[in-house]
Amino acid sequence: MTEHTEETAPAPGRHVRVVLVDDHRMFRTGVQAEIGRTEETGVEVVGEAADVDQAVTVITATRPEVVLLDVHLPGGGGVEVLRRSAPLMADADNPVRFLALSVSDAAEDVIGVIRGGARGYVTKTITGTDLVDSIFRVQEGDAVFSPRLAGFVLDAFASTDAPPVDEDLDRLTQREREVLRLIARGYAYKEIAKQLFISVKTVESHVSAVLRKLQLSNRHELTRWATARRLV
Amino acid sequence: MPEAATAPLTEDPRDPRPPRKLYRSSDGRWLGGVARGLAGHLGLPVIWVRLVFVGLFMADGLGALLYAAFWFFVPLGVGGVGAERPPVLTSEVSADGRRRLVTRRPDRGQVLALLLMVIMSMIFVQNVNLTGNTKAYVVPTILVGAGVALVWRQADNARRARWVEVGRRRRTLNLARAAAGVLLVGAGVTGIFVTQGATEHLGSILQAALAVLVGVALLAGPYLIRMTQDLSEERLMRIRAQERAEVAAHVHDSVLHTLTLIQRNADSPAEVRRLARAQERDLRAWLYKPAAAENPQEPETVAEAVKRSAAEVEDKHGVPLEVVVVGDCPLDEKLAAQMQAAREAMVNAAKYGGEGGPVQVYAEVEGDEVFVSVRDRGPGFDLDAIPADRMGVRESIIGRMERNGGTARLRAVPDGGTEVELTMKRAEKSA
Repeated sequence: MTEHTEETAPAPGRHVRVVLVDDHRMFRTGVQAEIGRTEETGVEVVGEAADVDQAVTVITATRPEVVLLDVHLPGGGGVEVLRRSAPLMADADNPVRFLALSVSDAAEDVIGVIRGGARGYVTKTITGTDLVDSIFRVQEGDAVFSPRLAGFVLDAFASTDAPPVDEDLDRLTQREREVLRLIARGYAYKEIAKQLFISVKTVESHVSAVLRKLQLSNRHELTRWATARRLV
Repeated sequence: MPEAATAPLTEDPRDPRPPRKLYRSSDGRWLGGVARGLAGHLGLPVIWVRLVFVGLFMADGLGALLYAAFWFFVPLGVGGVGAERPPVLTSEVSADGRRRLVTRRPDRGQVLALLLMVIMSMIFVQNVNLTGNTKAYVVPTILVGAGVALVWRQADNARRARWVEVGRRRRTLNLARAAAGVLLVGAGVTGIFVTQGATEHLGSILQAALAVLVGVALLAGPYLIRMTQDLSEERLMRIRAQERAEVAAHVHDSVLHTLTLIQRNADSPAEVRRLARAQERDLRAWLYKPAAAENPQEPETVAEAVKRSAAEVEDKHGVPLEVVVVGDCPLDEKLAAQMQAAREAMVNAAKYGGEGGPVQVYAEVEGDEVFVSVRDRGPGFDLDAIPADRMGVRESIIGRMERNGGTARLRAVPDGGTEVELTMKRAEKSA
């Protein structure tokens, strides 16, 4: 825990502009109250949206650094927002990055937004400090995996009988699996680094590599798996 | 009528189809637009075609039959000839896009043509009936035919367009419809021209009955189709309504109940948390795994067992447990022991380490090995510092695992908290 507070203490000059996209007004208000105290957290909420059209408009108008994106949205869901914001994500100078935030337990929802280009996924039970921490991590270009997402990914890459289409992409390295496993067990990056005798930077690069594989992997089983999992 | 109904009709002629397709003319027509359409199709003056029809009419009424058949089977569209014909299609579509309103208005020529036809057919019938008993079925046949034609014409355009669509997609249906039409016409023609002189009553009765049957089928057909369509639509709506009612019932029963309890227990954060977590779990189970939600019997797989234990511990101790399960396999005897050890570890974590945040439970089935980790962020725990007479951890976790051929490892996490790691081989990989 001490690790966490250390990480999330707002460094002077640390500042990030955030847009909240969620169709539940109460939830937006709650998040705003928890992370929106700019001088304490360094997070400035510059816009809110309740559906896909609004979200695209607000994001285009305000150009935030990070968007907190709900998975379930009227008008096509988070995936649709990602699809229509693709040019903003690709902007090399000032990219808009997305962090998926959801109550959903359905694997296909989660995997869907990650494959759509979101830089991470956290559940809505996350604490305020952890959320702020995740936002800054995404802003810096890092990937953010919650334990649950790590579990989903391990599951997706483990339970495949079919040969991978692209050897490089469709396989996690031993190290990546270890890192994911520790995330799934609830370890923070620093704890993982200590456990595996590597630097935090290396942990970050492993996680980013996994995210990249997840987004680019052309195995169609991934989708099939996500659908089948609902029936388990 | 919604725009969907008129769309197919207005769209149809615009399609880049072969220009030589036969249509009945919708403008400048006298009766059904048959002569004009035919003239347009054949590239002849309208008056010639009309004269031919009148001429054929004199030949025992063949013209009337032909005309009726054309009227019945040839679709209305653009075609025909004549100076008054507008050069483009759009001009004949009225403001609201409905062509029928414009073209159906009877003018003097049309009324005249109709009168002429009625008079001539009366003469025709009189002529035919000179031979006697055929009168008995000629009149009903004509009546039925007229009725069928009337109903067919009155079926609204959208439906007819849809039939045409269906017919395009399914060749057999199209053929069947054409065959039925040919049969009907053929039966009528032979009825009139062949059995005219025959005294055989049975044959004529059979024919009349057949004609009536087919006529009735054609009459009822459109309505039957419409009814089945409406019925299936209604059934779909009913299923949806039922689903919604079920969700509403569940939300009403459990969620509102819990919310009331939470309001009453607002002073006790632990109780509120417990209630909220229990409700959340219940709702998730219900929403995402409808089948698993309603089996209260013993869990049969590792994933189920871990989740069940975590839920029970959570309810009992009011500490949130975050469960992540990767893979799954059926429980065997050794794994059941591992699950009991895991449950014990969860209870310990909740009791002694629940203050520092949620307890993390991770289970993974990989190959023939099952791994469970229970991790809390409490004050930590030193096995060696625990008196030897306290058997809880030693017996129920470590002892149990080792007796069954597995391993248990307890360790203090450097930055606070305890982690219990349980590893067990599966008894038989075959299961």
